[in-house]
Amino acid sequence: MKPKTVTRLGRGGTLAKPPCSPGQGRTALTPFTRRQFLKTFTGGLAVLWTLDLASTTARAQAESGSAGRNRRSGQRRPVELAAWLHIAADGSVTLFSGKTEVGQNVRTMLTQAVAEELPAPLASIHVVLADTQLVPWDAGTFGSRSTPDMFPQIRRVAATAREALLDLAAKNWGVDRATLTANDGRIHHAASDRAIGFGELTQGEKLVVTISENTPLKPATAWKIAGTSVPKIDGRAYVTGRHRYTTDITAGVSTSPATAAVPGRIAATPPDALTIPGLLHGRVLRAPSFGATLVSLDGSAAQSLPGVKIVRDGDFVGAVASTEHLAARATAALRAEWKTKEHISDRGLFAHLRSTARNAPPATAAASANSSPPSTDTLRQTYTVAYIAHAPLEPRAAVAEWKGDQLTVWTGTQRPFGVRSELANAFGIPEERVRVIVPDIGSGYGGKHTGEAAVEAARLARAAGKPVKLVWTREEEFTWAYFRPAGVIEIASTVDPNGKLTRWEHRNYNSGNAAIRALYDVPRDARTEQFHPAQYPLKQGSYRGLAGAANHFARETHIDELARTLKLDPLEFRRRNLTDPRARAVLEAAAEKFNWKPQPGTTTTLARNASDGSATVAPPLRGEGLAIGFDKGGYLATCAEVAIDRATGRVRVVRVVQSFECGAIVNPDHLKNQVEGAVVQGLGGALFEAMRFENGRILNPRFSDYRVPRFSDLPEIEIVLLDRKDLASAGAGEAPLQGIAPAVGNAIFDATGIRLRGLPLVPNGLKV
Amino acid sequence: MPTVTTLHINGAALACDAAAERSLLSVLRDDLALTGTKYGCGEGQCGACTVLVDGVPVRSCLTPCGTIGPQKITTIEGLERDGRLHPLQQALLDVGAFQCAYCASGMIMSGVALLAKNPQPTDAEIVRFMDGNLCRCGGYGRIIDGIKLAATKSTP
Repeated sequence: MKPKTVTRLGRGGTLAKPPCSPGQGRTALTPFTRRQFLKTFTGGLAVLWTLDLASTTARAQAESGSAGRNRRSGQRRPVELAAWLHIAADGSVTLFSGKTEVGQNVRTMLTQAVAEELPAPLASIHVVLADTQLVPWDAGTFGSRSTPDMFPQIRRVAATAREALLDLAAKNWGVDRATLTANDGRIHHAASDRAIGFGELTQGEKLVVTISENTPLKPATAWKIAGTSVPKIDGRAYVTGRHRYTTDITAGVSTSPATAAVPGRIAATPPDALTIPGLLHGRVLRAPSFGATLVSLDGSAAQSLPGVKIVRDGDFVGAVASTEHLAARATAALRAEWKTKEHISDRGLFAHLRSTARNAPPATAAASANSSPPSTDTLRQTYTVAYIAHAPLEPRAAVAEWKGDQLTVWTGTQRPFGVRSELANAFGIPEERVRVIVPDIGSGYGGKHTGEAAVEAARLARAAGKPVKLVWTREEEFTWAYFRPAGVIEIASTVDPNGKLTRWEHRNYNSGNAAIRALYDVPRDARTEQFHPAQYPLKQGSYRGLAGAANHFARETHIDELARTLKLDPLEFRRRNLTDPRARAVLEAAAEKFNWKPQPGTTTTLARNASDGSATVAPPLRGEGLAIGFDKGGYLATCAEVAIDRATGRVRVVRVVQSFECGAIVNPDHLKNQVEGAVVQGLGGALFEAMRFENGRILNPRFSDYRVPRFSDLPEIEIVLLDRKDLASAGAGEAPLQGIAPAVGNAIFDATGIRLRGLPLVPNGLKV
Repeated sequence: MPTVTTLHINGAALACDAAAERSLLSVLRDDLALTGTKYGCGEGQCGACTVLVDGVPVRSCLTPCGTIGPQKITTIEGLERDGRLHPLQQALLDVGAFQCAYCASGMIMSGVALLAKNPQPTDAEIVRFMDGNLCRCGGYGRIIDGIKLAATKSTP
């Protein structure tokens, strides 16, 4: 049986079957060229609809908006369905997306999107992510855009396919299309009790149809698969160690087992391992400080090591060897002389940022604590935020393989197409000759937008004439990646006798303008919220939440200070200045769950603690703090309780309640996991994380010197999720991190009367 | 330079040819393609490289392969039996513990060692035993839940 409306496609077809069967999509090793692609698809049948393609395409492009377009390169998302989705003859569905899986479970979310709208069984859907040769162009995985942008896009893709399949079945059976339903991978005709599988309909050929914004999508209230806690796709591969991150690509087993494995045990390489025979290991020689230039190099001792190749290209020097150990020995044996430059050190950082900021007002009373504020200010204060590192557990890594002038790079980046451009630029070759494949990543948190390791591995591989794997050491990751920007934030505010904000001035120097806008009801002409770029001493870039963590810390600390100054409970003070119903909803939800006890006036819990009397062993000081926020479409409120050991000064966050609302929830359990994780990760920057640096050198580039949250730092965490099925789904990767620092800082004040205005709050504990 | 020619891993004697000073982690990953065990820091601070040596959790990144001798190594690849996950692997799946999961192998090996020594650990005991394993996604609460769930499952 063949569809009635089919057209034979010639060799000029633009897209065809996916080159890999499900399960192989992101692990296929053979670079797949478009020519091979077409070879596998000569003279195939395609299902073609008699749509006005030109007008539909124009409309879809007009509607795709800025989210789908790369402003610089003019890249656009394809509107052809076949670029996104393919249904094989056996009914299996393959989805193609440029997003990367960093543990946020985008793979699961997109699977849910297809399952919901097509609709097809979850198990029949395979998602190919982040392979520049196979997936449609995408700007990258950042800005919490996957949920508000890619999720509806893939729903439209699947819904377009559903409508096309309904058309096709109606024509095949010669029945009224309105009498058909699509369900569970099949089209059903109730009147004749017939059903046909999607694969039987398409026979594995591409669906030639244009994605339209007008395709009806199911409202969240009607979701059956979206909106539920579908477990992590490929979860089993992670708990068995079978999933291959970039760092896990190997040359294969170099020797065979000496004896047979015990039956039932897996002793050698699992069959799905990524292997590249002949893969060598690289190591890069690092300069002693940022910006240093190479004066001379003696590579004779290194070059004499067995099988070692030393690569030099300007200031870039590296070694390639058969093992990582040997490559490291080789770079250690290099004798290099460097010319260094002078750099700003961490001690002078904040003054430097403030003094070099663009369009900045003159430093005012805020800068000197002893000056009295201008009479119109109720409060004027300065806050600071240190540089911190992402420290993803999988460091930057890449495997590069040249075949002639074709380059394939496997690397853990959040911007596969951006890194493709970096590689093309680095080697002066067209992007078409570069393929970037991103195995699901050992996370990034905004730290893997760039392709440093990819370019380095490709340089080493080109010089060696062999595929090369480069895995950055932890020290390299801490030193040569980029950091969350440090910043200085000045806030001045005025409050009227009724406790209403009448003026708000928030200036961020260097760290950024993310979430700089306050939710509070300040008259438009009485608010200034401005970012001032400055000269900065360390390479800085994206980080989960960007400057949102800094801006929330400054703002919500300031609000707490105002409340204390005005002798108002911080919860009540926020209520008086907040009409946004979504913000109020999260605030009330968190306060209720936490059982917030009013903190009237300046009577801190410290004062209440002090009246406890004279116990021989003083109990820890306890205090509670509150913060609210909004970023990237998500609303949050955080309540925290701290306990401070009077003897050791150790500050422990013992309990956190965080409410969060990001529209219609796509996967409740994964959202909860994101929010819990964000709170824990946020604790690090709140309490103790800070890069220390001196004259172009990082002083603490290792976990033994750079403390990140551990099991023993874990508070009791309660998450309250508000599901707004009437609202579009927003992202949740970034906003939930931003309430914890101010909530903890405010709790420390409540406990001790000590106001901390810099992050990290207590890198060395707190003497009380 | 002394070399290591045999390592006893996951119930099999595996041949290799590795300089004794090389880390066990490197030999597992680069020579034997047992890549479930991860590199995270190289200084024993993150626990991603944890394997069991005669049942004791060790940081393979700091363990020269020449110090192993005839001791029995268990890696993450050796936990699954006849297609059945170890109770802790299953429990961590059941509670949805992981996000990026790069820490998972080390977490599971440490957790397996804990449960072998202390089949019914309290929260405080879990925190103390597991504190050398980092999860940058912040999944500690769920990992504790998973260990406790596995403890209930393995109760006779």
